[in-house]
Amino acid sequence: MNQPGTKDNPLRIAIVGSGPSGFYSTEALIRSELTVKVDMFERLPSPYGLVRSGVAPDHQKLKQAIQVYAKIAEQPEFNFIGNVTVGKDISIAELCTTHHAVIFTYGAETNRRLGISGDDLPGSHTATEFVGWYNGHPDYRDRIFDLSHETAVIIGQGNVAADVSRILAKNVDELKHTDIAEHALAVLAESNIKNIYIIGRRGPAQAKFASKEIKEFGELAICDPLVDPDELLLNSESENELRDKSNSGSKKNYDILSKYSSLPTSNKQRQCHFTFLKSPIKIIGDGRVEKIILEKNKLTGDPMRQSARGTGQTIER
Amino acid sequence: MTTVVTDNCQKCRFTDCVSVCPVECFHYDDEMLYIDPDVCIDCSACIPECPVEAIFEEDDLPEAKQEWIAINADRAAPLPVCIEAMEPLPGAEERKSELGF
Repeated sequence: MNQPGTKDNPLRIAIVGSGPSGFYSTEALIRSELTVKVDMFERLPSPYGLVRSGVAPDHQKLKQAIQVYAKIAEQPEFNFIGNVTVGKDISIAELCTTHHAVIFTYGAETNRRLGISGDDLPGSHTATEFVGWYNGHPDYRDRIFDLSHETAVIIGQGNVAADVSRILAKNVDELKHTDIAEHALAVLAESNIKNIYIIGRRGPAQAKFASKEIKEFGELAICDPLVDPDELLLNSESENELRDKSNSGSKKNYDILSKYSSLPTSNKQRQCHFTFLKSPIKIIGDGRVEKIILEKNKLTGDPMRQSARGTGQTIER
Repeated sequence: MTTVVTDNCQKCRFTDCVSVCPVECFHYDDEMLYIDPDVCIDCSACIPECPVEAIFEEDDLPEAKQEWIAINADRAAPLPVCIEAMEPLPGAEERKSELGF
């Protein structure tokens, strides 16, 4: 038998998962010199993975990537099989009998909890749950988020932390024109949240936000960003990091945070506090989250590879 | 907001940016690349890839380069799409060192 990849014997590929990696894999296969047939398996009825259920509903432009995937999906070599869970409805062994190769592009589906005492209390959630909920993901749409309290604490300082905080910081008028799930909009409309703390283990020079994301906090209708100027003091290693030309994103972030630290007193309904050099060590509450204990950190190590070490000093939020 | 290619790309056209673009928004002529603002999703992945720092987010565009917003918008769409990295233009390395990179 001839090598697969010809018109008479196309290379048959099964792709598991229908997010960006699945579609870019398909695109690369279709563009190759081989004749291919691609079957994409997805456990949900609809494709596009995290572009659909991860990208924030108020970042519509990013979701336009879907148009590229739709074009790939129109290719005659491509076949979408939705509502089929590989490993349950069909086994990998079965796929191997019908396809020459299987590509797994299903991403990271599960949560990773903090692993600290109290992180299983009601009121403690992973971003996967909250993001899935406001984006209407079928696995999370029925979750309950109690926003009757005044304080929300977000652990982490990357773009997901920015998304989650921004959704909590916006009012209904800012959200209702997005494609946020109706059930989430209804709950967010009743939110009592006043203070949002975004907590980073390391310092302001190491925050992983894209500067565009952090800039958005300066443009919100009912929320102001707050940064304590004392928290922007840098050790000499961090100063070196910000001078490094390859690290211009962090420099931009630092400049925006500096601007936030000198804003006049906020009279808006909500405040978003960026706070650094703190690690969560314990969540406390009687039947639900009431308090979080944070340990203050200091940075050790060489520039660009500094890590956070606990100082033993703790604070409560 | 959009993302724009500016004059540093002229006579270089390195196309490192194209390899990371998730949406095929780059178009090209004999001189340089242009971004179609209707297709670009502002993911900014291309910006650090450019060896001559020709690409900017609109908000970060220096005053002297503002005209490139309109140039990208006008020129990109009618030109062919650059779907994968191409050889840089002849003389690109010299041009790169002239630009101080």
